[in-house]
Amino acid sequence: MAQDDHSGAELAAADSSHAAHESVASPGTALVATDTFENPGFPPHRPRVTDEDPKRERRAQRTVYTLFYLSIVGSVWAIAAYMLIPIESNDVDAVRLNNMFIGLGATLALLGIGFGAVHWAKAVMVDVELADERHPVGGSRETQAAAAQVFADADRESGFSRRSVIRNSLIGALIAFPLPAIVLFRGFAPQDQDPVALLNHTMWKQGTRLALDPSGAPIKASDVTIGSAFHVIPEGLSDLEHGKLEEKAKAAVLLMRLEPSELNELPERASWSYDGIVAYSKICTHVGCPVALYEQHTHHLLCPCHQSQFDVANHCEVIFGPAKRPLPQLPIAVDDEGYLVAQSDFTEPVGPSFWERH
Amino acid sequence: MSTATSPNGTQQKPSFTTAASVYVNERTSVAGFVKELGRKAFPDHWSFLLGEVALFAFVVVLITGTFLTFFFQASMAEVHYDGSYVPLKGVEMSVAMASTLDISFDVRGGLFVRQMHHWAALLFIAGIGLHMLRVFFTGAFRKPRELNWVIGFVMFILAMGEGFTGYSLPDDLLSGNGLRIIDGMIKGMPLIGTWTSFLLFGGEFPGTAIVGRLYTLHILLLPALLVALVALHLVFVVVHKHTQYAAPGKTQLNAVGPPILPTYAAKAGGFFFIVFGVLALIASLFTVNPIWNYGPYDPSPVSAGTQPDWYIGFADGALRLIPPGWEFVWLDRTWSFNILVPLIALGGFIVAAMLYPFIEAWVTGDKREHHIADRPRNNPTRTAIGAAGVTFYAGLWAAASSDILATHFSLTMEGVIHALQATVVIGPFIAYFIAKRVCIALQKKDREIVLHGYESGRIVKLPGGEFIEVHQPLDEYDRWKLVSYESYQPLMLRPNARGKITVGQRVRAAVSRWFFEDRIAPVTKRELEAAHSSHHDAAELEAAPSSQH
Repeated sequence: MAQDDHSGAELAAADSSHAAHESVASPGTALVATDTFENPGFPPHRPRVTDEDPKRERRAQRTVYTLFYLSIVGSVWAIAAYMLIPIESNDVDAVRLNNMFIGLGATLALLGIGFGAVHWAKAVMVDVELADERHPVGGSRETQAAAAQVFADADRESGFSRRSVIRNSLIGALIAFPLPAIVLFRGFAPQDQDPVALLNHTMWKQGTRLALDPSGAPIKASDVTIGSAFHVIPEGLSDLEHGKLEEKAKAAVLLMRLEPSELNELPERASWSYDGIVAYSKICTHVGCPVALYEQHTHHLLCPCHQSQFDVANHCEVIFGPAKRPLPQLPIAVDDEGYLVAQSDFTEPVGPSFWERH
Repeated sequence: MSTATSPNGTQQKPSFTTAASVYVNERTSVAGFVKELGRKAFPDHWSFLLGEVALFAFVVVLITGTFLTFFFQASMAEVHYDGSYVPLKGVEMSVAMASTLDISFDVRGGLFVRQMHHWAALLFIAGIGLHMLRVFFTGAFRKPRELNWVIGFVMFILAMGEGFTGYSLPDDLLSGNGLRIIDGMIKGMPLIGTWTSFLLFGGEFPGTAIVGRLYTLHILLLPALLVALVALHLVFVVVHKHTQYAAPGKTQLNAVGPPILPTYAAKAGGFFFIVFGVLALIASLFTVNPIWNYGPYDPSPVSAGTQPDWYIGFADGALRLIPPGWEFVWLDRTWSFNILVPLIALGGFIVAAMLYPFIEAWVTGDKREHHIADRPRNNPTRTAIGAAGVTFYAGLWAAASSDILATHFSLTMEGVIHALQATVVIGPFIAYFIAKRVCIALQKKDREIVLHGYESGRIVKLPGGEFIEVHQPLDEYDRWKLVSYESYQPLMLRPNARGKITVGQRVRAAVSRWFFEDRIAPVTKRELEAAHSSHHDAAELEAAPSSQH
C-alpha cells in the first residue's frame, strides 16, 4: 500500500518554503517533495448579494432590526407570562404553562438577539478578511535569552543553587507543611467509629420481627403465600431517631416463599428458612443497589442497576452479571404469635465488597 | 472617531463614547489591549463553533446555577414535604429534595431555570466532547497546542464531576442510587476503599453529610477550577492564534479570518445568544430529571431502567460489562476486580487520550509548529485510532442502557451484554481497520481528482466512436486544498552516535512503521505534468492509427 515512489533526491528536509522561522526545528520524519505546488494566494474576493444589490442590503438591515425588536417582544412576553400565569397550588398544569410561556418568551428574547447579531455580521457588516502574521510561540531568541538571564540573575542573587542547605531545607518544609491539613480530613467522619465494624453488623438480631417496608407492620408467616415476595425491614426501623437510612441501607431484606420442593438449600442452612419462606439481603453484592426485581416463575432476582441476577432457589447464587457473591441470607423463624422473626443478624457483611471483608 | 481637537485646530465637544473611553483608558491602559486584540483575525469554520457551544453552555450553566443557589438548600435534614405537588404531600424527605421540589413547583419560572441548568449541563459536556473530537481528528493538538489539549481534557473530567455532583444534589431516588453505586465502587478499591467511602459520606452510607459536601464541590471548588481553566484555555487560544484549515492564501505563518471587532464579536456574541436561546427553548418544552416522579432517596426501592445522565454512561456501562466472578479473596482481603478493571480501563483510556499529542509527537519526531489543521483523511492512522477510541467509548456507553436495549428490542439481557462485550473488545480493531481503509481510499480519490480532474458529467463521442466523460481539471485554488498536506515516512532504524540501536529507538521505529507504512503522498507538480502529458500522448496515439485507416 505504501506509495513511496519518490527517490531520496526529491525529499527535502521539510518545509523551508512556508515556514522560514521553523527551519531550525526538526521536521522529524515528515516528507516534503521539492516540487510541491505553491500556495496560490487568496482567491479573488467574491462580493455578497448584499454588497451588490442595495435592495437586498436594505432587506437584510430590516431583518436585523426586526429580529432585535422581536427580542424585545419576547422579553415583554416572558414578563407578562410570569405575571399572568401564576402557579396555583396543587395544579401541575399551571406549572407546565408557566414554565412553557416564560420559557418561550425568553427563547424569543434570546434567539432574536442571537440571529439578529449573526445576520448583521454576515450580511450587513463589511465583509473583510484579515491575515495576521504568526510568530513562533516561543518568542524571539533575544526574549528567550533575556528570560534565561532573569533566572540566572535571580539564582545568583538568591544563591538558590549555591546555598543548597537553605534550598533543601525549604523543600523539606514545603513538603511537610501540608501534612497537618491532610490529617484534618480524618474529621470528615465520626472519630469514634470504625467503618469495618459497622459494615459487619446490621440492625437484625435474634427475635427482631420482619416488618413490611415502608409501613413497619410485622409479617405473619401465614400471610406469605407461595410465589409472593415482600419488601422487608426490621421492626422498629421506622421509630429510629437517627440513622434510619443508614440502617435501612444494610438491613433491607426481600422475603419470598417458594414451593419447598423447589428450594435447593445448603445443608448448613436447612434451618434458616420456614416452610419455603426465605429472606435474603436486598442490597446487591456488586455495588449496593437494591435488588428489587423478582421474577416469580424463574425465582430470579435482578438488580436494575447492573443486571446481576441471583437465583433464589439456589441460595441466591449469581447466575449472570458482574456481582460475584450470593446475596447473604437472613436466618428466620416464627415466634409464638406466628410472626416471622430473625434468628440472628446476617452471618456475613451485606452489600458491596470492601477491602477488609473476608 | 472624533477627538477633542480636530486636525484643523477648531475646538469640538467630544462625544460621550469618546469621553468615556478616554476616561476608562486613562485609568486602565485598556487602549493597548484594544489595539493588540481588536483587529486580530479569527479563522472561521463551522467546526470551530463546537468549542464555543461548550463555552457558552458553560456560561448558561453559571448564570442559571447562580439563580438556583438562592433557592436550593443543601441539607439532608428530614422534613415532611408540604409544597404544591400533591402526590408527595406529607412524604418524608430531605430538605434538599423539598427545596428542589419548591424550585420546580412553587417558584414561578423556577422549573424553567432548573431545566435550563440541567439541559445546559448536558450540552456543555456534549460540546466539550465534540470539540475534543474535532481537535483530535484535525490534529489541532500538535505543537504548540499540546498543553491546551491537556487543559481541555482536565476540563472534560471536571465537567463530568460537575455533572455528577449536580444531579446528586436533589437527593432523589435516582441520584441516591447513583451515589450508592459510587459508594460501592469506592468500597471496592483495594486498601483505601472502605475508609475513603467512610470519610466521603461522613460515616455510613448514605449519612447526612454527602449532599452538603457535594454542594461545596459543585458550586465552589469545581466551578472555580473550571473558570480558571477556561480562562487559561482561551489565553492559550490567543497566544497560539486559532488553527485554520488548508485553503488558498492560508499558511503556517498567517491566521486568516474576519477581525474580532466587529465581525467576529458579532458572530460569536450572537452565537452565545443562539445557544442560550436554544437551551431556553428546550427547557420550556422538555422535562429533564423529573425528581417528583422518582421520590426521595430510600435505600430500598429502585425503579427498573435506572441509568445516569448520558456522560456518566460509559462508566456505568463498564461496570455492567464485567463477566461474572471477577472477585477474589486473597491474603485475607477482598480484591474486587469487577470494580477495579472498569476503573483501570477507564483511567487508562482517559490517560492515553490525554497523552496522545505527546505520543504522536514522539513518533513523528516533528518539532515544528503546526497551525494548519489536518483533514482527517490525510492522517489515516490517527483517524483510525480515533475511530477505535470512539467505538470503545460508544460500546461502554451503550452498555449503560443494556436493560433498555433488551426490553425495547425484545432481546435477552445476556445477549445484549455479550454483544456489547464483543463491541468493546473487538469493535475498536474493526473500526480502526475500516477507518484507515476509508481514509486511504479518500486520499486516493483526492489524488485522482488532482491528476485527472473531476468528472464533469459531460459525455463526448470521439470520432472513433468511443464515448468518454470529459474530466474538468481543477483550478489552482481547489487543487491547493487537496495537495497541501504533508506525509510522514516510517522512521529508519539507525545506530545512534555511540553506534548502538537502543530499545527505545526500536520501539519508536516499530510504532512509526505502524503509523506511516500505509500512506498516500500528495501529488507533486511533476506528477501532475506527467499525468497531463500522458493524456496528450494517449490522445496522439489514438489519433494516429485512426488517420491511417
